[in-house]
Amino acid sequence: MTCSRRQFLKEAVGGTLASTLPLSAFVFLSPAEAKAAVDEAKVRWAFLVDTNKCTGCGLCVTACKTENEVPFDSPVTRTWVERYVVTKDGETHIDSPLGGRDGFIDDKIRGEEIDPENIAKAFFVPKLCNQCDNPACVQVCPVGATYQTHDGVVLIDREWCIGCGYCIMACPYGVRFFHPEHKVADKCNFCYHRITKGMPPACVECCSFDARRIANLEDPDDPVTKIILTERVAVLKDEYGTKPHVFYLGLDANVR
Amino acid sequence: MKWHVLRPLWLAIGVLAAILVARQFLVPDDFGVHGPSFTYNYHRLSNVQEWKDFPVKYLGREYCADCHRRNVRRLNRSSAHSKVECENCHGPGAGHPEEITALPINTSREQCLRCHALLDYPENGRSVVPGIVDRMHMRRRDCVECHNPHDPREERK
Repeated sequence: MTCSRRQFLKEAVGGTLASTLPLSAFVFLSPAEAKAAVDEAKVRWAFLVDTNKCTGCGLCVTACKTENEVPFDSPVTRTWVERYVVTKDGETHIDSPLGGRDGFIDDKIRGEEIDPENIAKAFFVPKLCNQCDNPACVQVCPVGATYQTHDGVVLIDREWCIGCGYCIMACPYGVRFFHPEHKVADKCNFCYHRITKGMPPACVECCSFDARRIANLEDPDDPVTKIILTERVAVLKDEYGTKPHVFYLGLDANVR
Repeated sequence: MKWHVLRPLWLAIGVLAAILVARQFLVPDDFGVHGPSFTYNYHRLSNVQEWKDFPVKYLGREYCADCHRRNVRRLNRSSAHSKVECENCHGPGAGHPEEITALPINTSREQCLRCHALLDYPENGRSVVPGIVDRMHMRRRDCVECHNPHDPREERK
C-alpha cells in the first residue's frame, strides 16, 4: 500500500476534524443546570398519617367518596380506616365496615363482643395510596394507562385503561379497585385536582384531629416535611421495595 | 419462491402494515415517555391536565365564611368543635349558593356518634372525646334537638 505525503496530511486533518465535530454537539452542563433540566418542578408529594390522633370518625372516607365521585354505597373506596383492637391474650381483632365510611359506632368487632377490661391497646389506621417511588402497579400495566407524574403521584388514564386488573393484583397495599361506573381501575391520587391548586386533599381538609396531613418533600420549610424528616416515622410493607410515600406516626407492628 | 409460501407471507405483511397504519391514527400524538423512566412515565401527557381539571367539591371553611361569617366565628369560638369543617355536616359547598338544594345538611344521630359513641380504648384519642353509650342516652333522638352543634357547651331547652 502506498500513500503520498499530501494524501496522508489531508486524511489526517480531515479525520481529526470529523471526529471532533460531533463532540461539539454535546453541551456541558453544570450540575445545577443538569438537575433543573431533569426535574421539571420542585414538588414531591407525600402524606403523613398520625395513628395516635385518629379517632375513627370516618369523615375522611365520606369526604373522599363525595369529592372523587366514588359510588357511595359500593364496597369500594379510595381511602379507608381500619380498627385494630389488641387484647391482653395477644389476639388482634381487625375490622373496617364499609371502609369505615360511617365511622366506628359499635364496640363489637365483626359481631364479637370484646370485654373492655381485656383490651391492651386499640387504634385506628387510615390507609390510602402510598404513591410509591417504585410503583408495582405501574410496572405491570400493559398499555401505559397508569403512570407516575413528575411530582410523584401515580395517576390512571381513564381513556386508556382497558380494565384488565393487573394493577389491582400487583399493588401490595390493596389500594386499587375496579371502578363500578367507569369500568376502569381506580385509586387515591392525593386529590390531584386539589393539591395542584394549592388546596389540601379532601380527607385532609375534613379531618378534625390533624391525623392526616399532606407534605411536599422537596420543600424543607414545609412543617409536615420537617416532621417526616426529623421524627420517627414508618411506612407500610417496607420490605417490598416499593418506596411508599405515606408515612405513619405511631405505627404498630400489628398493622399489615 | 413458491406461491404457497409467498401467499401467506404477503398476507402477514399486509396485516402488519394495516396495524401500523391504524396505530398511526389511534395512538394520540402526546403518547410517549414523559419523564426519566420508560417503566413509570410511559403515558398520554394530556391526561395529567384532565385530572387537574377534575371538579373540586369541598371548598373549605374560608369559602363558607365569606357569607356566613357569624356562624363560622361562633364555631371558631366554641373550642370543642372549632376544628370540625362546616362541610362535614353541611355537605360539599360546590354549586352553593347558586343551587340552594345542593346542600343536604346531615343532622342525624349517626353523624354525631361518629365521634361521640363511647369506645373505651386505653391511650386512644377517641377516649378523650366526650362519648355516650348509644343505647343508654336518649335513644333514637337526634342529638341536635338538645345540643347545639355550633357551640356544644350550650344546651337547647
